[in-house]
Order: sequence, then C-alpha cells, then structure tokens
Amino acid sequence: MSIRHALLALLSEGPKYGLQLRQDFESRTGEVWPLNVGQVYTTLQRLERDGLVESQGSGGGPQNVFTITPTGADELTEWLRTPPEVVPPPRDELVIKVLVAMRVPGVDLPELLQVHRRHLVQAMQEYTRLKSEIAEGEVELSLVVDAELFRIEAIVRWLDIADARLKRQPVRAPSNESAPRVGRKIAGVRR
Amino acid sequence: MSAAVELRRVSKVYGSGPTEVQALREVDLSVRAGELVAVMGPSGSGKSTLLTIAGTLEDPTSGDVFIAGHEPARLSRNDRARLRRRSIGYVFQHFNLLAGLTAVENVALPLELDGVPVKAARAAAMEILARLDLAERATHFPDELSGGESQRVAIARAVVGERRLLLADEPTGALDSLSGESVMRMLRRAGNDGVAVVVVTHDAQMASWADRVVFLRDGRVVDQTAPGPGPESLLAPGAN
Repeated sequence: MSIRHALLALLSEGPKYGLQLRQDFESRTGEVWPLNVGQVYTTLQRLERDGLVESQGSGGGPQNVFTITPTGADELTEWLRTPPEVVPPPRDELVIKVLVAMRVPGVDLPELLQVHRRHLVQAMQEYTRLKSEIAEGEVELSLVVDAELFRIEAIVRWLDIADARLKRQPVRAPSNESAPRVGRKIAGVRR
Repeated sequence: MSAAVELRRVSKVYGSGPTEVQALREVDLSVRAGELVAVMGPSGSGKSTLLTIAGTLEDPTSGDVFIAGHEPARLSRNDRARLRRRSIGYVFQHFNLLAGLTAVENVALPLELDGVPVKAARAAAMEILARLDLAERATHFPDELSGGESQRVAIARAVVGERRLLLADEPTGALDSLSGESVMRMLRRAGNDGVAVVVVTHDAQMASWADRVVFLRDGRVVDQTAPGPGPESLLAPGAN
C-alpha cells in the first residue's frame, strides 16, 4: 500500500491540513489501516521535495495547508492505472506444505487439506459476521472485507481442486527431476 | 427442546451389486431452531442426498430421522405428507416459482394446498413478503423479478405459515455474488426469526454466512467448524 499515493488522492479533492489527511485516510480505508501523524508529515515532506505537492503556511507543522501540483496529479493518474503485481509470492507457505506432505510417509493428505480448509472457512465466517454488521453507507469497509473474503476463498478453492486432483491422480514415487522442472516452468510465467 | 431436524447414523445406498453407490455413511447431524448450518462438499459427496433425507422426500437405507421430535418413518402416509407440508420448506437452485402466479400467489400456494382459506393464505403471504422487504414485488409475476428477488420470494414461500425447517439446495448457484449475498442475508434473517436452516453449497463465501459449516466427503461428515468466536479475534492477528 502506497501512503504517498493515498495522500495524493486525498489532496486531489482540494487543499488539506496534515491532521485532516490522516483522518480522511483512515475513514477511506475502513479504518483498517491506522496511520500515525508522523508518517503523514514525513510523507508530505517527501512529496513536497519531489514537487508533487506544495504547502502554504510556516514551519511545516499543523498550520500548513497542502495542495497537489499538476505533476502530482499526473503521478496519481499514472499510479491508479498501473496494474498491481499479480504474480504469487515465490514461496506460498500452504502450497509448500502440501507439496512436502506428499512426500512424508503416513500423512493423510485429504485430512491435512481439511484441517486447512476448516481454518480458512472459520476465518471467512468471522469476516462475513463482520460484513453482516456493517451499516449501510460504510461502502469502504464492505469493499475491504470483500477483498479479504475473495482472497481466502481462492485458497479454499485451491484446496478443493488439490483434493480432487490427488483423488484422481495418486502421488507418484519421488522423482529427483520433477521439482526443478516445475520451478523452471513457473519462473517462465513471471515477469 | 428437541432439534428441528436430527439425523442419527443415517446411511443411504443406491442400487445393488456392482452398481451399488453408498451415498451417505452413518451421518449424524442435528440442527436446532434458529441455527443456520451449511453443508459443504464436492460433487458426489452426498450433500443433496442428505437434504432430501432430512426433508423426508427419501427414506434412509438405515438410521433414523426426526423432525421436531416426530419420526416420519413411523407415521402413516397421510400424516407424513402433512408433517412435510406444514413443517418443512424447500428452496432450490432454480427458484421453481409457478410462472402463471404472482409473487404473493406463489407464497400463499402451500397454505392454500393445505386447506387454508384463500383470503387468510394471501394475508399470511403478504405479511411474510413485507417482513422480507418484498411487499412492492407482491403483484409481480416471476418473469418480472430478478434472479435474487425470485429466490427471496421462494424463501418467503418456504417459511410461510408455521414452517420451522428450511432446506436449501445450492440456493445461490444461479445468482451473481451480490444477489447471492442478499439471499444468504435473508436465510440469516429466517434463522434469527427462529427457523432452522440447512443450506447445501460448494461455495465457501455463501457457506461462511452459517453459524456452523459441516464438511461432507464420500458420504461421511468428516469435520465441522467451531461455533463462532467473538468479532474481536479478527483484530488480533495470530490470535488463533
């Protein structure tokens, strides 16, 4: 998450004080992203140094009003349209655990997948409970909770397909070649 | 108080010999009034069989089924049909509303079939539609309703009268995410009104609306989620 760009976004609505920026930031992100006022001022100083915002007032303190510059507006537009990194982290812990478990004698794979499935569905139940309590109008919080739910659901669906695949294609005897081959192919997908 | 529905060591076998399929194996499941339970599992895990047996639409090969303390297997054919009509509501993936009837007529239909005078049945149907925020859709025909609205009307039909057990088979399967959510919110509300709700789904997001999620695999209940902890556990990462 880029605090820099979030502050530029808030300033695109009009000039604001530092303290106001912090309050706006927290309310816009459904208060799931607490920000201390020091972080806000440090970031604003850097934005000013880079010519993305201008300040009016004295001493760089709470009396300063910040305004976005045309360069800052361009930077914001550019950032909004830049696709996020969609490539998975190089070592997804759960994928690694399941791949390792396939080689560990005596592990009941469906049972292991179910342990993780239960844990994830319980986490989803908690988020859904939170969602059911969100008041109408708190769209930001709903969007944040939806994002978490879809992220966890994707892992549950991966467990489901892993379960089905392993049922159809039982684990083969270990082969020294298979791991590097998978690694090379996956690396080819990355940018 | 007895459970709204209880299955004890229920097994179901279809066919025999080489084509024999064991759909359910010694399933125990008890759902109390006001509880929303989701049953999750892959295709062929026995989810729909479990629902038809819980709804007394099919008999188990072995084991016992209790509906609000009654044992349908010990009732006469007529008493059993009456128990089913008065105690159990069904919701299906494709709504199954009658195209020639308005929303309120669809909702009133089960009561009318049960001998309730038309006027009283319509009044009861109107009341439940109003409670589910569907009053303004009452005189619309099914083809004038969106998918989400149709399913909510089907839920109203399933809980009209004194029915206190609602069985839903993939009720959000034909809907987009947001309409699916509105259907789950409605089932949640039915639960809060004291109805016992069992939802069969393979969709984890929809299942997460339940108080308890039961996992089925190869006809067995293999696991279930713990009863819900307080909401504060979300705010403390690593607490679980």
